[in-house]
Amino acid sequence: MTNLRIKWALFIFTVLLFGWYLLPTIRFYQLPSDDPNALKVPAAAESTMTSGNVPNPNQPPSLTSNPPPGLTPTTPGETPGALDQAANPTGHWRGSADPAVAKLRENAMKLGLDLQGGAYLVYEVDLSKIPAKDRKGDEVDRAIEIIRNRVDQFGVAEPLIQKQGQTRIVVQLPGETDPARAKALIGKTARLEFRLVKTRQELFQALAKIDQVVAQGGIAQDSAFADTSAVDSLIAGKNPFSGLFQASQNDAGFVYCPAENLDKAKAYLRRIQPDASRPAVLPGSTILLWGERAFGSRSGNPGQYLYAVSAASDLTGEHVADAQVSFGLEPARPNAAGISLTFDKRGSAIFTRLTGNNVGRQLAIVLDNTVKSAPSIRDKIRGGRASITGIDTDVEAKDLGIVLRAGALPTDLTLQAESTVGASLGADSIHKGILASVVGFLAIAAFMVIYYQMSGSLSVLALILNVFYLVATLGMLRGTLTLPGIAGIALTIGMAVDTNVLILERIREELRGGKTVRGAVEAGYSRAFTTILDTHSTTLISAVVLFQFGTGPIKGFATTLMIGLVANLFCAVFFTRLVYDSMMARRQLEKLSI
Amino acid sequence: MHEIFVGTRYKFMAKRKYFYALSLALTLMTIISLVAHHGPRKSVDFTGGNVMTVSFNPPAKVDDVREAVEKEHLESAEVQMAEENSQAIIRFRAAGQDSINVFNRFQAQMNTKNVTTTFRSMESVGPKIGKELEQKAMLAILWSQLLILVYIAWRFRRWSFGLGAVIALFHDVMIALGVLSIFNREISLTVIAAFLTISGYSVNDTIVVFDRIRENIGLLRRMTFAEVIDKSVNQTLSRTVLTSGLTLLSVISLFFLGGPVIHDFALALLVGFIVGTYSSIFIASAIGMDLSNWWVRRKARAEARTTKATVAAGS
Repeated sequence: MTNLRIKWALFIFTVLLFGWYLLPTIRFYQLPSDDPNALKVPAAAESTMTSGNVPNPNQPPSLTSNPPPGLTPTTPGETPGALDQAANPTGHWRGSADPAVAKLRENAMKLGLDLQGGAYLVYEVDLSKIPAKDRKGDEVDRAIEIIRNRVDQFGVAEPLIQKQGQTRIVVQLPGETDPARAKALIGKTARLEFRLVKTRQELFQALAKIDQVVAQGGIAQDSAFADTSAVDSLIAGKNPFSGLFQASQNDAGFVYCPAENLDKAKAYLRRIQPDASRPAVLPGSTILLWGERAFGSRSGNPGQYLYAVSAASDLTGEHVADAQVSFGLEPARPNAAGISLTFDKRGSAIFTRLTGNNVGRQLAIVLDNTVKSAPSIRDKIRGGRASITGIDTDVEAKDLGIVLRAGALPTDLTLQAESTVGASLGADSIHKGILASVVGFLAIAAFMVIYYQMSGSLSVLALILNVFYLVATLGMLRGTLTLPGIAGIALTIGMAVDTNVLILERIREELRGGKTVRGAVEAGYSRAFTTILDTHSTTLISAVVLFQFGTGPIKGFATTLMIGLVANLFCAVFFTRLVYDSMMARRQLEKLSI
Repeated sequence: MHEIFVGTRYKFMAKRKYFYALSLALTLMTIISLVAHHGPRKSVDFTGGNVMTVSFNPPAKVDDVREAVEKEHLESAEVQMAEENSQAIIRFRAAGQDSINVFNRFQAQMNTKNVTTTFRSMESVGPKIGKELEQKAMLAILWSQLLILVYIAWRFRRWSFGLGAVIALFHDVMIALGVLSIFNREISLTVIAAFLTISGYSVNDTIVVFDRIRENIGLLRRMTFAEVIDKSVNQTLSRTVLTSGLTLLSVISLFFLGGPVIHDFALALLVGFIVGTYSSIFIASAIGMDLSNWWVRRKARAEARTTKATVAAGS
């Protein structure tokens, strides 16, 4: 009797313990899945003012030491703060930043990306772009740190960023509704550099060099041009490359390439620098970089500028202490968002010297080898501030601010694999997965009760307990339920039924053999147990192998299967036996309903 | 008390040649289908590429979808309609294409046909990762079979039975693969997971029978090996049929109600479980018996030879 009491106490203890771990999961999924305030789309942040000289549209905006009054410095957290808040409002819903909800979310069982929607991205860190002597061995870890910073600022709840193997990074963004934006944000190298724009003379030297290479190199192997006649006539001319451009009116180190010549110009340039991320150094330590887009693009001609800039970068993003979105930086587009940069101490010293020594020249602000803008230096700039303009949308500006604050990646990342699930499919999958599990379960339960009567009902109770322990354990381990995970639960139910049937059939057999109820139950359990141990071991072998080799969702399947197997031993063997023993402890059973 | 398959005395071993023939025929069918389809049809998980699924409201015309896809100039694009044309699965290869932009342009195209398109999912796998996943999947299958073989050989002290179980489960997975191939279904990572589950399940079933054989060998010393096996299979028959039937209930429910994402997974399980039950009744122990008989005979012959040799030497 005391033995039974101890066992019941142990059983009740586990139920309470696992119930405690299940509680956050239940409470969390009772919360609404969407932000109740989400409909209130924040009004596009208003620009504060318009003033300043009307610029010549053909001329890049100028860089002055005194920004127009009322614009800068942006109070940190003011405008960007409003945007941030929109992405992460507080309130009682699952994605809320409310500390109570966050705690619940942390302790609840999570839904996999395939169930709640989200993006699963696999990046390869391209170490080949770093010269061997510059490699420090921690590039991947640094990249992870920077990605984490960026994603955190982006405001995704529960992102998961992990190293996989030697050079791979897996990023999981649950519930992310705009994967394109997330990808742009993560994948951007964000190498910010300030480079002096070369003189017109130096520019023409560089262009002449490419003319020469193109004219000598022929064009045959370039598949980009099917129409060789047009190309031949170009090569026949003296300036196959530079002939594609229009010189600007002023004496500046950039030329304009009209839209119709863009493809050709880019293909020619590839001849001399096959990898756009490593610009070739041309005579006069000049490199050629494309502009973000033509300034004229808004007036209808989507051509692009090509800049000759100094091969040595004069100041880099390393020295940026802060980068905030601010409005009205471009007098021509007062409503456009830009970025106000604040340099650190050293950066501001370099910037002061750089601007002081080069008054009258243009300074290119280069992001990932694209010239964002190239304002003219009007006078020496003290105070360590600069701004980036020429940004299309507020969102782009916000994201650029994020990547600049988080810092540049040590090298380029390439997206190797991606899996994005829309929220609608996720919701569908949950629905169908649960429906299938419930229907399967009910069918099994009905059969068990009809076929084995009281004993069958006890088995059904054991099945329910099994699922209870399984889900609670997932919550306890802060595990993730995926769609294959639901399939794993369905399979666990199958395994659990098997265990129960094995025991019940064995008991029936022993009863037929003439044993008393007590004897049959005892023999049934002990004889079935070896078999149960064997079946569980082999299934566990498959599950462990699956876990070891599987990726993402498949791991979820293996996890639920493993937990389910262990839970099953407890429910089908320990719990049901306990009930039989308790029934027989009170009185001698003549018959067993089985 | 409801009972099925109790007290049966089927002579399974005597008829094992027919079941071998049936299994061989099914395996052959698999091989023929695989050859005809030029190997298993691998999903993007292994080949690399993109799969985009979208849903339409109202259901779209196939031609409209194809037209919209063609405008994208995607490499080897392929459109498959699902759920009565309210969904489409679009496969394509696109080096360096931003997959989401592909959807955005596709959506705009469909808008012109007055069809609202919703993004369901996108999967893109680079060829490098695909290769790796394929290797991993093969390794996973090989390892699980090897470990199961070792486990059974250890538990039953007989390699013949370990081999019997592994041959049976290999046969189950092959036939599941064959059925998927006949229906021209893709082999994805999830389907590989199904194969591994089939392995686990098939071995599970087989072990129940083997355990009974082990138990009976000790009890029924007067019976021949074949008789012991027949008795063991008969004794466990009700359990085998019951659990298989009940497990099938949950798989059938997954197959019909689980939705398109796990449809292939459920199909593989369905076939695998049915064949798994069949093989653990008719094939696994038969092979185990034949292998161990063959082994005993070989040993006997070898012994006879050595005895003869010693007799000859002695005379």
